[in-house]
Amino acid sequence: MLPISYYVALSAILFTIGAVGVLIRRNAIIIFMSVELMLNAANLAFVAFARLHEAISGQIFVFFVMTVAAAEVAVGLALIVAIFRSKQSIDVDQLSSLKG
Amino acid sequence: MTPDLIVFIILALVSVAAALGMLFSKNAVYAALYLILNFVSVAVFYLILGGSFIAVSQVAVYAGAIMVLFLFVIMLLGAEKLGPNKTLVWQRPLAIILGVILGIETLYVLFAQASPGTAASTLPSGFGSPSAVGQVLFNQYLLPFEITSVLLLVAMIGAIVLSKREQ
Repeated sequence: MLPISYYVALSAILFTIGAVGVLIRRNAIIIFMSVELMLNAANLAFVAFARLHEAISGQIFVFFVMTVAAAEVAVGLALIVAIFRSKQSIDVDQLSSLKG
Repeated sequence: MTPDLIVFIILALVSVAAALGMLFSKNAVYAALYLILNFVSVAVFYLILGGSFIAVSQVAVYAGAIMVLFLFVIMLLGAEKLGPNKTLVWQRPLAIILGVILGIETLYVLFAQASPGTAASTLPSGFGSPSAVGQVLFNQYLLPFEITSVLLLVAMIGAIVLSKREQ
């Protein structure tokens, strides 16, 4: 069995990539995917610590994170579709006005 | 180099490369496919870490349902090709510098101050199996589970309301 810190380090790297993705990309869908990547990195850390402490609760939390991610994607993609209908673009730099 | 370490390094390279591929691909469909590769490799990590049920639901829910939704919306909007973006020239280098700082800080805290240690090599039998997960989920976490169902219902209503055309 490898040290748990390897898995947590990988999770930190994936989280960092996701955070950089949110900052540098301007396409709303790619930004959403980066958020999913960050949630996934958090899940990896949860499962790694569940393995370390032999506590099944860590895996339960992964379930809740997955559910929240699914809800977030459903609402977020509906928002993106609605924005695309009115603006004909999903570039977040275009969405600078408060009133459609 | 134990076999564990070799497997870990290969899988870690695959998942990091897939994440970077998602970050830098010009086509949104390719980005979604890279993200699916990343989710599947993380699911293999879950298997190594003794979360067999979590690994299967990761593939089914994340790589299956959520990413199909993403691909569906990308193709529905026809937003595969992404135009160049040059509105804030200083933003990209600044974001990369800040991201590198964040990563270095996290790894420093992890390895220099709070190293979690090594897990026991053997697990109690049935750890992470569907029955073990279900026992804890429906006894200890019953209320959060029910709240989750309300959350999903609200998300479903929200998606329907948002995507309904205005009269």
